[in-house]
Amino acid sequence: MRPVRFNIHPKEATTATAVSMVEAPEGYGGEGFFTAKLSDVVGLARKNSIWPLPFATSCCGIEFMATAAAHYDLARFGAERMAFTPRQCDLLMVMGTIAKKMGPVVKQVYLQMAEPRWVIAVGACASSGGIFDTYSVLQGIDQIVPVDVYVPGCPPRPEAILDGFMKVQELVGLESIRRRNSQQYKALMESYGIE
Amino acid sequence: MLCCLIFVLNFKYISMHWLPILLDAKSSTAANYFPIGLQLLFAAGFVAFMIGFSAWVGPKRKTKDKLASFTSGIDTHGDARHPMAIKYFLVAILFVLFDVEVIFFYPYAVNFKSLGWEGFYAVLMFVAFFLVGFVYIIKKGALTWED
Repeated sequence: MRPVRFNIHPKEATTATAVSMVEAPEGYGGEGFFTAKLSDVVGLARKNSIWPLPFATSCCGIEFMATAAAHYDLARFGAERMAFTPRQCDLLMVMGTIAKKMGPVVKQVYLQMAEPRWVIAVGACASSGGIFDTYSVLQGIDQIVPVDVYVPGCPPRPEAILDGFMKVQELVGLESIRRRNSQQYKALMESYGIE
Repeated sequence: MLCCLIFVLNFKYISMHWLPILLDAKSSTAANYFPIGLQLLFAAGFVAFMIGFSAWVGPKRKTKDKLASFTSGIDTHGDARHPMAIKYFLVAILFVLFDVEVIFFYPYAVNFKSLGWEGFYAVLMFVAFFLVGFVYIIKKGALTWED
């Protein structure tokens, strides 16, 4: 990585072109009004204001710190507001090895998160146990909580974490507002023993 | 979007009907403040509505597991409001009291010569008062840690 003083890209005179806006959902519009599906609008609002809860236990957490810092800038996705209380968060980012003793903690954090909630497993350890095929390490957090997106890597680069985050955004944006009341979702929750 | 629309309409309405009255300095009656009152009412009402509405329609799942108090994943034990021994507090507050007494010696030490015998007697009296208090707390047993 080059230091900033060797930056070859000229500074843009105006920031107007540098700011990206979300596209309006499909709908019918006219003079001073716009109609769209509620599901689309809610999805749009949710996917661009995800509040992550970083559950960092290992080196993937260090990569996440880089992701959240200025260079990779997770804030671009409306996700700069990280919190360490599950009450306010809707995306659990598990980054790192989860020992079997840590399992119940991850589960409680997931249980107490705000609705609706998503989970992203970052790195090999959170996804599958990784190299720690031992008696003490949980072989993937999907044994205790349902996972939406897996990010491979050991540890994954910040770009990979961002890619995973954008995949979560995609899921959040496309999710029907009735999904959490569906039979399939209830069956999924029941399979994990979650009310 | 909708709220902005209402806001714009609201403003338009006010400017159309009330602006001539507002600009007329002679007729400054209580009625002139009606638009301002309306604006305040709208602002408060909008905030209350949005908070209430989002709490009403937002997805919820109030299970026992979710509502349990969060202590970073560790099981809660005991009660946060149990009685504690007063001795620690007593020792701490008495320490502060005598610590402040010592602080008064610093300016006295600096001005020791210029204050002379008069200053010495004043400080002696000051210390004597504290000594009485010290004897009192010793006799009361405030500093005995073990029962």
